[in-house]
Amino acid sequence: MIRKHGIKLTSVAILIAVLVAWEVLPTALDVPRFIIPTLSDSLAELQRMWANEGLLGHILSTALYTVLGFLIGSLLGAVMGYLLGMSKFWEKVLSPYILALQIAPKVAFAPLFIMWFGYNSMPKLLVTVLIVFFPVLVNVLQAMRTVDRDLVNLARAYNLTRLGIFWKVEMPSTVPNLMAGLRIASTLAVIGVTVGELVGGNTGLGYLISYGGGQANAAMVFNAIILLTVIGFLLYVVLERIEERVLHYLPKAHQ
Amino acid sequence: MALEFRNVSKSFATQGDGELLAVDDVSFRVEEGEFVSVVGPSGCGKSTILSMTAGLYQPTSGEVLVSNVPVTGPNSHVGFMLQKDLLLPWRNIIANIEFGLEARGVPKADRRARAMKELDHCQLSGFENHFPYQLSGGMRQRAALARTLSIDPEIILLDEPFSALDAQTKLLLQNSFAKTIKDAGKTTLLITHDLSEAVLMSDRILVLSERPGQVIAEIKVDLPHRDQPIRRRVLPEVGEYAAQLFKHLKLEEKAA
Ligand SMILES: Nc1ncnc2c1ncn2[C@@H]1O[C@H](COP(=O)(O)OP(=O)(O)OP(=O)(O)O)[C@@H](O)[C@H]1O
Ligand SMILES: [Mg+2]
Repeated sequence: MIRKHGIKLTSVAILIAVLVAWEVLPTALDVPRFIIPTLSDSLAELQRMWANEGLLGHILSTALYTVLGFLIGSLLGAVMGYLLGMSKFWEKVLSPYILALQIAPKVAFAPLFIMWFGYNSMPKLLVTVLIVFFPVLVNVLQAMRTVDRDLVNLARAYNLTRLGIFWKVEMPSTVPNLMAGLRIASTLAVIGVTVGELVGGNTGLGYLISYGGGQANAAMVFNAIILLTVIGFLLYVVLERIEERVLHYLPKAHQ
Repeated sequence: MALEFRNVSKSFATQGDGELLAVDDVSFRVEEGEFVSVVGPSGCGKSTILSMTAGLYQPTSGEVLVSNVPVTGPNSHVGFMLQKDLLLPWRNIIANIEFGLEARGVPKADRRARAMKELDHCQLSGFENHFPYQLSGGMRQRAALARTLSIDPEIILLDEPFSALDAQTKLLLQNSFAKTIKDAGKTTLLITHDLSEAVLMSDRILVLSERPGQVIAEIKVDLPHRDQPIRRRVLPEVGEYAAQLFKHLKLEEKAA
């Protein structure tokens, strides 16, 4: 209990220290504000962006595509993972390609998608889906490979059908790994959307980064980065909450 | 009779093109209601015998019959339990006990009623809504037994169900298993490394040789209190039976 309190306090103290350093250090070290704007510079710019640049619209657009890309990508990744997990044959056949695609830098596909689909929301959605897809797929597949054989045999002995074994044994066994994959994917989703917006289009926080950069407006770039972080953070926290509920049956390590 | 092995052999394909003979020409019978233990050195094919009885895989040659019908695949006549309790961690205890009934088209209300009855028999009343991690190892094994009994199998197969437990829990659990199984009148095949456990719980003991497993001795345990191993334990003859097993397994020669 005291420990928990201590953790929170220290954490807040670090935040305050960083904010103070951010406000004081650039001026003290004579760093010009177009290189590193101070905290108050950034806040002032934030207000201006809200009033003049339609900041709310950009935030909502980025959040929407982050969540959308995350949902579509992880759904596809999970479905693919379960399908491959149920078929040794296809897993073996496809695994080199999966590995290759996993290694390929997904964000580099963004310009290609723009050439194919034009300057609309499609490219950033696709980059996000692609980048989210693999960690979910790989985690699910890994979990399907390591489902307890004895548990599956027990289900077989109880005359469960192949599909019954999947729904009642394999699928629930893989949920911890699935959730871990989703958490990784949530952090990647923000990267996917940002790259998509950086490369093309005129909406979203990624666009504000390239726009602010072009105008040497460092404060705008700072703000956009922080807001992107907040979006990713919120998605992560929501997932963590869901995970806590879904995995309630796992014994907790008491400290 | 309840279970019969007729000249059963089983070999496994090994890496490369080799074959590993795990069980070699094993024949034995288990009568209805009988409690038979199988002892033998590690790796001699005991678990393989159990898996073939459960229909998880087929003998390479020979036949396994349950109630005079050849076993061709997993079937509802047989219930098995391993050293691991194999409870589903995401289900509470009562839902775990119902697991075996779900593929059989038993209506939900009936399932719950049967599961509650077995929960009671296995002295777990009050724990139906707990999750496996909230139970002790011994309680989890009792829950696994309740799950096994709830499908009302003709034969119960036990593969070292007590070996992960501490000495006291083991004794108590052997006692409660013995009583529950005797009351239910179930035919039972117990695989164990524990020679005194075999003597305390069985009507008969089969001794297997080193791999490939062959039946090298069959010992009838002529002692009372099969349903109460704790009472059987104090009988002076128990030591003699254990010594006999000891000799058949050539443990002294091996230690030398
Ligand atoms: N599915 C399998 N594939 C290949 N070999 C197997 C398989 N199952 C068992 N074996 C081999 O068959 C032999 C007998 O195995 P089994 O598990 O029946 O032994 P056991 O008597 O139960 O041993 P223990 O007392 O250590 O549990 C072993 O050499 C094992 O490696
Ligand atoms: Mg074994």
